[in-house]
Amino acid sequence: MKLDVSGLSVRFRVPGAVVRAVTEASFQVRPGRCLALVGESGCGKSVLAHALLGLLPANATITGSARLHAGDEPLDLLSATPAVLAKRVRGRMIGLIPQSPATHLTPVRTARAQLAEACGELGSRHTPDELAERFGLRAGDLDRYPHELSGGMAQRVANAIALAGDPGLLLADEPTTGLDRPLVERAMDVLRELCDEGRAVLLITHDLRAAERVADDIAVMYASRLVETGPAGQILERPRHPYTAGLVDAQPDRAFVPIPGLPPELTALPDGCAFAPRCPRAADACRTVPAMEDGVACWRAGHVARA
Amino acid sequence: MLRAHEITVRYGRRTVLDRVSFDLPPGQVVGLGGPSGCGKSTLARVLAMMLRPAGGALSVDGAQVRGWRQRAPRELRTRVALLYQQPRLAVDPKLRLREIIAEPLAAMGRPDESRVGALAAEVGLTGDLLTRRPHEVSDGQLQRACLARALTLDPGYLICDEMTTMLDASTQAYLVAVVNAYRDRTGAGVLAISHDEVLLDRWADTRAELTGAGSPPGMPSPSPAPL
Ligand SMILES: Nc1ncnc2c1ncn2[C@@H]1O[C@H](COP(=O)(O)OP(=O)(O)O)[C@@H](O)[C@H]1O
Ligand code: SF4
Ligand SMILES: [Mg+2]
Repeated sequence: MKLDVSGLSVRFRVPGAVVRAVTEASFQVRPGRCLALVGESGCGKSVLAHALLGLLPANATITGSARLHAGDEPLDLLSATPAVLAKRVRGRMIGLIPQSPATHLTPVRTARAQLAEACGELGSRHTPDELAERFGLRAGDLDRYPHELSGGMAQRVANAIALAGDPGLLLADEPTTGLDRPLVERAMDVLRELCDEGRAVLLITHDLRAAERVADDIAVMYASRLVETGPAGQILERPRHPYTAGLVDAQPDRAFVPIPGLPPELTALPDGCAFAPRCPRAADACRTVPAMEDGVACWRAGHVARA
Repeated sequence: MLRAHEITVRYGRRTVLDRVSFDLPPGQVVGLGGPSGCGKSTLARVLAMMLRPAGGALSVDGAQVRGWRQRAPRELRTRVALLYQQPRLAVDPKLRLREIIAEPLAAMGRPDESRVGALAAEVGLTGDLLTRRPHEVSDGQLQRACLARALTLDPGYLICDEMTTMLDASTQAYLVAVVNAYRDRTGAGVLAISHDEVLLDRWADTRAELTGAGSPPGMPSPSPAPL
């Protein structure tokens, strides 16, 4: 299953303002590959994911296209009806691994009951116990209620539910929130295996190290726009966009220096490049928004030679 | 010195800390790691006098702590500040960021607008953001406000319990730099709790281990079987 997103924009009307949450995002997620969408909190990552699933509230305006190539006819997720999204897409074509698995589960029912329900609804080929075993849960764990599960176990239950309908595309929004590092690594390794089985994976995270562990490609988002995309190794070792370079440098095993300033409000994005007020390379040209070209949206990126 | 001596904490039948002793000296960043569930946050809450242990003693610069939570004497309670992983759970959602930062001063009956402004600037929060409520700002911005609030009464000890776990690398580096600058300026002792070894390697001057009979072993992580 391949996802082809082109020119995706999302705006919210709020009293007295418009929130530009996603602006002209274009990217692809391909079978057997994991794309990590990284960026700081509030930059629009979750809104982008929710747009793909048709889960945005009524005050949202969505433009662009997001074509899912599943059968013969590509399906545009952005123009699909709510019924199509509910009956054909969510759970069957796209599996969502939620942001906080623990709170996503219903507190009053056991893990088994919730997993069985997902299997039933989605006509799963697997039994709850098969799925549980697949994700390192013991049968006994399934008889527990969510509050009796550790963060790591709740994560596994959420993974099992997301996979019950055998979706070809997995969407994981901050799946490691609240997990400690060994569990983060394990969660990333599980994603990698799911990907290696041929699924397309879109991982959303603020954690560069988690992204590095699993992603083939990385897309960096800043103030609602993608500013750099490319192979993970290249993005992390030879970042070209000054924001990417700043994020990479801020890591504790690098310079550990923050990017000065704060990101702009999405209700009041500056004209021109949104990173300019914080950018060490800003110049006159930056008063116009830089187009994404050759994987980077910056007037002054040190362009590497085209392959 | 913030000194915990043979602290025992039980939740129901489960002993989470079993006679754990721990010293936080002034002027140092002590890193505390270990798997989740091993009692780090429980120790943090005891050190901040927010949780009464079943046994053991806590002293702040030689003064024994005899009351806990609201019953802890204010002059001891304000010596130790605690920052949590999730800023949203640590603030009143109805307050504006400026009011959140001002809370400790207001509670002492000595409001001080210019001090609040200076603290806000120190954590990188500017004008307009200070008039927002928690749901109108990002986690990183809210954690900045929580750090400003924690520093308001000049604590001698600062306990950072996974302070940056939810935040991006740049915000993490910024907040750690603010804490380090505060330590350099005031000689405060800092307990940096994190499961991120890379962060602790960079941040901590010394490392502590939680060893006690009650610490549960790490969770097994069986590898997935093929479907
Ligand atoms: N329903 C909504 N109405 C108005 N603004 C919203 C709505 N949902 C999200 N936003 C705003 O969109 C922006 C992007 O949010 P989000 O995608 O959650 O960021 P991220 O996932 O990158 O942390 C934020 O400024 C957020 O406040
Ligand atoms: S376009 Fe200009 S301001 Fe924007 S990142 Fe590039 S150099 Fe900096
Ligand atoms: Mg999000």
